[in-house]
Amino acid sequence: MFNYLIQGIFAGLIFSLLALGYTLVYGVLRLINFAHSEVLMTGGFAGYFYLHYTIGQHLVSGNIGETLFYIVTGVLISGVAGTVVAVAIERFAYRPLRRRNAPKLAYLISAIGASYFLLNLAGKEFGRYPTATSQPFDNHVVFTLWGGQISMYDFVILAASIVLLVTIDWIVSRTKMGRAIRAVAQDVETASLMGVNVNRTIAGTFALGGFMGGVAGFFVAINQGVAYDMGFKPALFAFTAAVLGGIGNVRGAMIGGVVLGIVMFTPIYWLGQPWLEEVIAFSVLVLILLFRPTGLLGERLGRSA
Amino acid sequence: MATPILAVEHVQVRYGSVPAIHDLTLHVDQGEIVTVLGANGAGKTTTLRMISGLHRPYSGKVFYEGEEIQGRPAHELVGLGLGHVPEGRRIFGTMTVRENLEMGAFGRRGNFSADFDHVYGLFPVLGERQKQLGGTLSGGEQQMLAIGRALMAKPRLLLLDEPSLGLAPLIIASIFVIIDRIRSEGVTVLLVEQNANQALRIADRGYVLESGEVRHEDSATALLGDDRIRRAYLGGED
Ligand SMILES: Nc1ncnc2c1ncn2[C@@H]1O[C@H](COP(=O)(O)OP(=O)(O)O)[C@@H](O)[C@H]1O
Ligand SMILES: [Mg+2]
Repeated sequence: MFNYLIQGIFAGLIFSLLALGYTLVYGVLRLINFAHSEVLMTGGFAGYFYLHYTIGQHLVSGNIGETLFYIVTGVLISGVAGTVVAVAIERFAYRPLRRRNAPKLAYLISAIGASYFLLNLAGKEFGRYPTATSQPFDNHVVFTLWGGQISMYDFVILAASIVLLVTIDWIVSRTKMGRAIRAVAQDVETASLMGVNVNRTIAGTFALGGFMGGVAGFFVAINQGVAYDMGFKPALFAFTAAVLGGIGNVRGAMIGGVVLGIVMFTPIYWLGQPWLEEVIAFSVLVLILLFRPTGLLGERLGRSA
Repeated sequence: MATPILAVEHVQVRYGSVPAIHDLTLHVDQGEIVTVLGANGAGKTTTLRMISGLHRPYSGKVFYEGEEIQGRPAHELVGLGLGHVPEGRRIFGTMTVRENLEMGAFGRRGNFSADFDHVYGLFPVLGERQKQLGGTLSGGEQQMLAIGRALMAKPRLLLLDEPSLGLAPLIIASIFVIIDRIRSEGVTVLLVEQNANQALRIADRGYVLESGEVRHEDSATALLGDDRIRRAYLGGED
């Protein structure tokens, strides 16, 4: 059982990284960025190509220095790729609508359009079949805890996620950019009367969410390989996690991801049916929407500090 | 004659295709308190939003310190010294009093401790409630915070939109005293009010707006003494 709990926590951390993108963007624009799945996909492919051209078919030596090098550079490259795509989505799919005061429905259509464009661009350029990613480290079991096995991969995700989640929490609650994000989330006009450049702040919000989404893509890529539609399912789970934690709430997204991961994977121990994880995830979504639509921690990016 | 700190020339503002301001011309000289009076819906808020860059004018020109500013975004104008205390106070409810004041200084660099002290000097109650969330303050305290927040940007021209709205008479009186004091410290004030009596008592000049047009324009004393204006806008009291 502990094995499933651990599996849930690590899957959940990836949901958390991805959920941050939904929650940050929702916080400032009151909008679900349905193209966020393609941020994960782009980060995944960036990581895939990076490892393909550096490691390729070789086996890594497995020494600590080399492992660390590939992880840090891979995370950065995927994160930057995610940032670039997220900012581009904002710039080309949303900003023109904002300038024209378009209705909410227009954003939804634009998001779906951007998502399909990126999805099929990847499908056309990189093929429609899943491909395994070169392994940047030797994925052995690092230690065993109460019968649960923690592999190198889990260990890396845990370390990287903690660093990233703490960093983003610090950025949002303590930095000037974070203050701008919180002010825009509360009241766009008043924020601009304070001297906040709203467009730049929104782009910065997409950049932050994009980085986290790209990194999530890196981890999915090394674990499950890459495919042009690899973003679809994790994005649905992450969206559920964001709603579970309270959309618009940064810490909520972090907690929501881990809680969803645990809720999805632990029952498999008793029920023994892997496909159940999706049934559980979406039952959770429906139940929150019915009984606690503001999520575990409630709404408002402004309160997250 | 010196250049006015603010000059609005033949401005029209529209919501969609409906004009809310028709052909507005007004000016504010350095060091003045000028008040814009008018009933609900006359176009007072629209006028201030247009000046501070929240709403683009459809036509016409706006000069701030001699420089054309119409169409420039609000966040740039703050940096030029144009402060705007919006209607309804618009405090950041989930930030503390101190954080709200910090937001006011967002576009500035350096150390603001003297500015905090200045604001806490004007409004001691804000100093006592530094750590309290903005949303938990009373209406009067929120208005003080909104003014203090705007002062943190070190404005040379301060636009105030109905600072007395919904406040108790004693609080209103103290707010007007503070506005007069802010002017004496060198900040020019454009004050939108429905509370015409009190506004005219501290103002040098006034404009009366009706359906998006200037109906009367005179010195504050003349407006206070004008019977027609007394009947129409001052409610005939005292
Ligand atoms: N956002 C808006 N959209 C459409 N019409 C508006 C909007 N804001 C104000 N108006 C209209 O513009 C006119 C002037 O409003 P406003 O400037 O708020 O007046 P005041 O501040 O003097 O009460 C009114 O007729 C009002 O209905
Ligand atoms: Mg008004």
